[in-house]
Amino acid sequence: MSALRKETFALVAPTTLLFVGVVATPLLMTMLLSFNDWNATKGIISVLTLKNYAEIFADSYFAEIFLRTLRISLWVTVISVLVGAPEAYILRRMRDPWRSICILIVIGPLLVSVVARTLGWALLLGGNGLISQALQALGLSSGPVSLMFTETGVIIALVHVLVPFMVLAVWAALSRMDPAVERAAQSLGAGPVTIFRRVVLPQAMPGILSGSIIVFSLAASAFATPAVIGGRRLKVASTLAYDEFLNTLNWPLGAAVAMLLLVGIVASVFGWNRLVERRYAQVFSS
Amino acid sequence: MRNGPVSLLFHCLFVTFLLAPMVLVCLVAFTPENFLSFPTRGFSLKWFHKLAEYPDFLKAFRSSILIATVSSIIALVFAAPASIAIARYRFVGREALSAFFMSPLMIPHVVLGIAFLRFFQMIGLSGTTTGLIIGHVVVIFPFAMRMVLAAATGMDRRIEDAAASLGATRGTVYRRIILPTILPGLASGFALSFIQSFDEVTMTVFVASPTTVTLPVRMFNYIQDSIDPLICSVSALLILFTAVLMLVIDRLYGLERLFVGETAA
Repeated sequence: MSALRKETFALVAPTTLLFVGVVATPLLMTMLLSFNDWNATKGIISVLTLKNYAEIFADSYFAEIFLRTLRISLWVTVISVLVGAPEAYILRRMRDPWRSICILIVIGPLLVSVVARTLGWALLLGGNGLISQALQALGLSSGPVSLMFTETGVIIALVHVLVPFMVLAVWAALSRMDPAVERAAQSLGAGPVTIFRRVVLPQAMPGILSGSIIVFSLAASAFATPAVIGGRRLKVASTLAYDEFLNTLNWPLGAAVAMLLLVGIVASVFGWNRLVERRYAQVFSS
Repeated sequence: MRNGPVSLLFHCLFVTFLLAPMVLVCLVAFTPENFLSFPTRGFSLKWFHKLAEYPDFLKAFRSSILIATVSSIIALVFAAPASIAIARYRFVGREALSAFFMSPLMIPHVVLGIAFLRFFQMIGLSGTTTGLIIGHVVVIFPFAMRMVLAAATGMDRRIEDAAASLGATRGTVYRRIILPTILPGLASGFALSFIQSFDEVTMTVFVASPTTVTLPVRMFNYIQDSIDPLICSVSALLILFTAVLMLVIDRLYGLERLFVGETAA
């Protein structure tokens, strides 16, 4: 028994040490940094103060940025559910070789650098971009319409970046479903709407729920896309932290913003999982 | 069940939405004009030739490959033993350790970037390749571990017992039995880690320096200043590179298996 314990210890010890050294330590240092003071002449002042947090909570400028981050993330999540879940269902009903090709098309963008994809959206959303040209050609707009530096633009580009995660999550849930159940429902006289609502949706639900929290947390922490599409004019929490670190150089304030973002995301993930578990517990017990 | 016309229309719109930005980037890369214009008249490789005047993109590409390769190997070296222990043994703190090792998945990359910026400044690794590799190892670790864990979980312990009863030492068991069984997990773990590292931009933006930079960060910094056909040609090459990589992985392993897992395969 002792040999087994020694072996287990030898297997996990190096990785544990690595994580304490390069994950826990840097995060703790950042947390401490967020309690430090700062001014333009002296730089970082090693005292313990809640000043940065007080500033963030008191100033409506920061409140607006955090609310915008939340609003964008919620929209991206809702749109991803509405678009990604049906797409996963459609993919499931396809047959090879189309199905394999289409899955490549859905997964492919996940592998392409987010910077290249965001660049594409910058081209599409700009004042002389394709969307603006199309709106003008259709007579829907008299002048150029730029969606750059708007929340709508950021939401569209983020849905593009994150919707594959939703498709994959729902796809994984649906692939556990037996297609015979659908046919059974059909042969028992259920219409397509009933089949979708009573057979497909309940099976897809775990995928939709897990996909939602993945998309939400990635949207809330997204950086490159809001930085390019939203720019300086439309800051979100992550671009705010970036600016505080690399432009204003107020590291303690930037660290406080980062800590709030981290706490917000971790709380959402745990809260959501608790909610989902409770909901499913009710379903199973009733 | 078959898809009706409405479903197929929806599907076509979805695929268009997914592909449009990337197709557009590739088309703009071939413009003969000196500015961004679409639709363009004509076709030219002018901007690809112009890339030769910007050797820093090539340099950044090389460091991206180097960092992705080295950090994937290091991540696997640490992930493999940890995954074997977590998959096969029940020990105190197993759940907690597993959550700890997967935690980089939940921490926003901005927060990791900030944490590493501060950490590297304190220990004197600011702007070094070593620093970038450490950061990448952390970011990709959960992906490496997930793959090895999946391979190690399915292992039949009786083979090991048989080997031991035939007189094999623990070393031999590891080398001849455990390692070969987790080998597919190591291969897929490498593929997934490499891609994650190669695409990482958010964390790297914080710890990169003008001399040590990865391709996505170099591109991001360029886009912050100006959006022109040159950056489109860089992106087009990157998209091409990724497409080739994707086809190779799909042939060798199956993308679906890599991203959705065994259940859907």
